[in-house]
Amino acid sequence: MGTMLKIDNINVYYGAIHAIKGISLEVHEGEIVTLIGANGAGKSTTLRTISGLLKPKSGKITFLGKDIAGKPAHEIVREGISQVPEGRRIFAEMSVLENLELGAFIRNDADGIKEDMEMVFRRFPRLEERKDQQAGTLSGGEQQMLAMGRALMSRPKLLLLDEPSMGLAPLLIREIFSIIEDINKTGTTILLVEQNANMALSIADRAYVLETGRITLSGDAGKLAASEDVRKAYLGG
Amino acid sequence: MEFSQQLLQQLINGISLGSIYALIALGYTMIYGIIKLINFAHGDIYMVGAYIGFFAITQANLSILPALLISMVVTGLLGMLVEKLAYKPLRHAPRISILITAIGVSFFLEYATMYFVSPTPRTFPEVIDNVAFHVGDLVINGQQLLILGITVVLMIILTYIVQKTKLGKAMRAASFDTETAQLMGVNADQVISFTFIIGSALAAVAGVLVGVYYNSIDPLMGIMPGLKAFVAAVLGGIGILPGAVVGGLVLGVIEALVSGFISSTFRDAAAFAILILVLLFKPSGLFGKNTNEKV
Ligand SMILES: Nc1ncnc2c1ncn2[C@@H]1O[C@H](COP(=O)(O)OP(=O)(O)OP(=O)(O)O)[C@@H](O)[C@H]1O
Ligand SMILES: [Mg+2]
Repeated sequence: MGTMLKIDNINVYYGAIHAIKGISLEVHEGEIVTLIGANGAGKSTTLRTISGLLKPKSGKITFLGKDIAGKPAHEIVREGISQVPEGRRIFAEMSVLENLELGAFIRNDADGIKEDMEMVFRRFPRLEERKDQQAGTLSGGEQQMLAMGRALMSRPKLLLLDEPSMGLAPLLIREIFSIIEDINKTGTTILLVEQNANMALSIADRAYVLETGRITLSGDAGKLAASEDVRKAYLGG
Repeated sequence: MEFSQQLLQQLINGISLGSIYALIALGYTMIYGIIKLINFAHGDIYMVGAYIGFFAITQANLSILPALLISMVVTGLLGMLVEKLAYKPLRHAPRISILITAIGVSFFLEYATMYFVSPTPRTFPEVIDNVAFHVGDLVINGQQLLILGITVVLMIILTYIVQKTKLGKAMRAASFDTETAQLMGVNADQVISFTFIIGSALAAVAGVLVGVYYNSIDPLMGIMPGLKAFVAAVLGGIGILPGAVVGGLVLGVIEALVSGFISSTFRDAAAFAILILVLLFKPSGLFGKNTNEKV
C-alpha cells in the first residue's frame, strides 16, 4: 500500500519551548496508525502541526506526494485531512445540523453532502434524533460522535483523531472504537492519538510511542502491545 | 398633552434614536465577537459614512437610497482596509496593543477627515419631504419613518446572512472558536474582513441617517454616538447580535425619556450611568450568559 502521510524530521516550538524534537512517521493508505504517549508528550502538537494550526520550524510533511508543511489549516482540510480535535471542540451554540454543515464547509456538491449527512446519521442515530438541538446540550459521548460526524462531512482521505476516548465511560469507549474501525473499513485512513494505549493498540495496525517530543518506539501494534517496555509504561504492567 | 401621550411621543423619538445606536452597536458587537477587539474607531467609521453620503447627495446629486448604498460600499471597504493595515499585523500581539491602535485609528480618521473636509460642520441637505404624520396628538415625521424602515430592512437582511448563508455560519463558527472553524476550512482572514465590511456598512447607514435626522455633520460627530453604541452593545451583551439591537433601542428610549421628562442635559449622563450599572450588576449584559470569559 502507498504512503499517504509522511512526516520527516519535524521540529515544532511554542515560543522557546521545543515541543516536537525531530520526529518522523508514516501512515499508509488504509491503515489505522496510533500515536500513544503520556500527558505532554506532544501528541496533540503533532496532529495540530499536520492540520496546519502550527507551523513546523523545520522538517517536511508530505501528504499524497504533496508538501503541506506550513500551509494554513483551512487549505489542508481541502487536501483531504480532517481532524477531530482534543476535547471535541463542537460549536456549542449552534445546532447539531449546523455543526455537520460546517463540517462540509469546503464542499459545494449539495447531493453528496446530503448523502454523507445520511451516512453520518446511520452511523450515529442519536445525532439524527437531536439534529435541531443546540450542540452544547449534548452529552459528552454524543458530542464526541458529533465531532466525528462533523469531521467525516468533509469526506476526508485521512482522519486525525485526538483522544476520542477522553472522559467517556468504558462502554461508550468500546462503541466509539468500534465505530473508528468501521470508518476505517469503509476506506478512510486513520491516525489515532490516545492515552488509552490498550484500546488504541487493539484496533491499530501500527503504532508509535511518543515521549517528551521524541518517538521512542514504533512498529506493529500487536507486537508493541506485547512488549515489556510498553506494558510497563502505558498498559499498567 | 396628556402624560400618556407624551410618553408615547418620547417612545417614538427614542426608538428612532435607538435604531441609530443599534446600527452602530451591531458593528461593535460583531467585531468584538470575532477578534475580541473593542473597535474604538467604529464611531469614526460612522462619521466617514455620513460624509460619504453627504458628498454623494451634494456632489453627485444622488437621492437618499443610492447615496446610502454608495456610503455602505465605500465605508465597508474602509473598515476592511483599517483591519488589514492596522489590526491584522497585531493579531497575535497582546490585546492592549491592538486596543491602543484602535484609539490611534480613531484620531487618525477624525483628523484626516478634518484635513480633507475642514472642521466646520456641514448642513446635510433635505433629502425627503418634510412631512409629519399625526396620529391623534402624536407626531411621526418622515425622517423617523425612514430610519425605522431602513433599520428594519437591514436587520432582516443581516439576520438572513448570519443565520442562513454559508458565510454567516462561518462567521458564527469563527466567533465561537476560530481554530476549529479553520479546521473546517473556514479562512479566518476572509471572515474577519467580511465582518468589518458588514459592521462598517451598517455604521455608514447610521451616519447618513443621523445627517438626515439632525441636518448637521462634523468630523467629531462620531465620538459620542460611538461611545453610546458601545454602551448599547455592553448593555445587550457584547458579542451577541440581538443584544446589540435591544441594547440600542433601550438606550435610545431611556435617553428620550430622560430628555422629555427630566432634562436633556442629563441625557448623556443617563447613558453612562447605564454602563456603570450594567458593569456592576450584570457585566455579561441583558442577553449574556453569566459565564467567565474563556481563556
Ligand atoms: N499553547 C502552548 N503554549 C506553550 N506550550 C504548549 C502549548 N501547548 C502545548 N504546550 C506544551 O507542549 C508539550 C506537548 O503538548 P501536547 O498538548 O502536544 O501534549 P499531548 O501529548 O497532547 O498531551 P495530553 O495527552 O495531555 O493531551 C507540553 O509540554 C505542553 O506543555
Ligand atoms: Mg493532547
